[in-house]
Amino acid sequence: MKIEMKSRKFFISILRTVILYLVIGIGAFIFTLPFLWMISTSLKPEYDIFVLPPKWIPNPPLWENYPKGWSILPFNLFLKNTLIIVVNNLIGNLISCSLVAYGFARLRHPLRDTLFMLLISTMMIPYSVTMIPLFILYNKLGWINTFKPLMVPPWFGYPFFIFLLRQFFMGLPKELDEAAKIDGCSNWRIYWNIILPLSKPALATVAIFSFLGNWNDFLGPLIYLSSQEKYTIAIGLNLFRGQYFTYMGYMMAVSVLTVLPVIVIFLLAQQYFIRGIVMGGLKG
Amino acid sequence: MVSKSKVSQLMRKEYRDFWLFISPWLIGFIAFSAGPIVAAIFISLTEWNILTSPKWIGLENFINLFRDKVFYTALINTAYYTAGSVTLGTILALIVAILLNQHLKGITIFRTLYFLPSVTAGVAVTILWLWIYNPEFGLANYFLSLVGIKGPQWLFDTRWALPALIIMSLWGIGSNMMIFLAALQNVPQELLEAAEIDGANIWRRFWHITIPMISPTIFLVLVMSTIGAFQTFMQPYVMTRGGPGNATMLYGLYIYFNAFQWWKMGYASALSWIMFIIVFVLTLIQFKLSKSWVYYETSEGR
Repeated sequence: MKIEMKSRKFFISILRTVILYLVIGIGAFIFTLPFLWMISTSLKPEYDIFVLPPKWIPNPPLWENYPKGWSILPFNLFLKNTLIIVVNNLIGNLISCSLVAYGFARLRHPLRDTLFMLLISTMMIPYSVTMIPLFILYNKLGWINTFKPLMVPPWFGYPFFIFLLRQFFMGLPKELDEAAKIDGCSNWRIYWNIILPLSKPALATVAIFSFLGNWNDFLGPLIYLSSQEKYTIAIGLNLFRGQYFTYMGYMMAVSVLTVLPVIVIFLLAQQYFIRGIVMGGLKG
Repeated sequence: MVSKSKVSQLMRKEYRDFWLFISPWLIGFIAFSAGPIVAAIFISLTEWNILTSPKWIGLENFINLFRDKVFYTALINTAYYTAGSVTLGTILALIVAILLNQHLKGITIFRTLYFLPSVTAGVAVTILWLWIYNPEFGLANYFLSLVGIKGPQWLFDTRWALPALIIMSLWGIGSNMMIFLAALQNVPQELLEAAEIDGANIWRRFWHITIPMISPTIFLVLVMSTIGAFQTFMQPYVMTRGGPGNATMLYGLYIYFNAFQWWKMGYASALSWIMFIIVFVLTLIQFKLSKSWVYYETSEGR
């Protein structure tokens, strides 16, 4: 009797595990399918792309879609432009946001909490509202069709990153800087020599978010960059889609190439990435 | 006496340092947020194509707006898209998070697979979906044909274009799923075990313990997703340019067209102000409603 109960329970738990795996597996397959389809299309000649039923395994794989697609438009130039913007913005974000976060996390001022609430609330302002006045401002400054509208603002902080770094700084033991203060250390030295070296994980999180945000940014470059030699990858791809839409193989090849760095960085640094998302989501 | 003045001197120094440290943001806030917002009010009261000088027309833009059929279309489309993608997206993200919260071998690989699409969101992936929705050779209709359904024309069909965008948005639920997963892992295990001993079945445990415990997270995800969905721009711009007809003319796209295709800066500013107010009111309503269903742990808060 007892043994029968036990084996029944065992059976149910096995069944439960199998069903779970099945459901999770089918879902994961559906989520992965578009990527596989993208890769498959990118390796096929025209006459194999527009067929029914679709051929999943390109035989033989047509690797030349990659160099041909990449050179149909000056993607090397687009890549260079994108990298200039991405690297500048990453450095700008790291420096400005960590400075501001230190101020909000470690220094006392009667207005501090009010200002921080203000900072948080600016995260909810739709971009469309500031987009038009900013365009007019940049136009007056002669910044249109330069990288400046994209590369200057990151040096002035970004609320979500400031928020993330402040949360992290506040978690560091206060005794560290108090001891340093007694030794006569200035806030600058505490920030630079104590807080920043301890905050590498949080800085890595900000760096990854900054990279991805700027790599994928579409609206900014679309509005501010008008001549093709200034284009970034994102709007270059859009141009590609407009001009050569029927060249599906080329287009998918270039798409794979632009998504690839994102996937690689994501896989390498997944933990930092998740930390940022979770911190933003749970403690907000 | 001496020490007291020294203390206040230190205090003054700390105040000064505070302003110095936050000055990048403060300057940025004035230059890139507060200033432009105020300027947008003035611009919305003008007729301005940038090339010539602005002409003051008072409230005319706002009056015209209420006679503009496309404005209503954009508003309805955006409401439809936001409601659809936020509701379905949140429910789906929660379900996937619950499934992935099980202790199974290899579960982290599955988590990565579900998470990945939300990271790659960009033009490349948007173009990929354009191809998936190809009525003749696309993946979507191929799979539908396998189960004997003749798929719709998707982005070429006024009824299916917007649902197509909603379905596509569900592919990117990964980051919300991760947030839910972290929240689920914070639910105290003792509470669930105690309820189980008291005879509560799995459904009641979920409904009366898990959901209340993660309700602040659900709330936050709802608020942030609503704000995000309302501003959706890139997908309809790249895929349909608002068409067919105006079937995928979302609000953000309509602002863009007015400002940067037709150079109606004043009118576009008026539109953007309406958007600001709508997003603000929506957020306010969500906060008000949250009082009745969001459960915050008292005391010992973080």
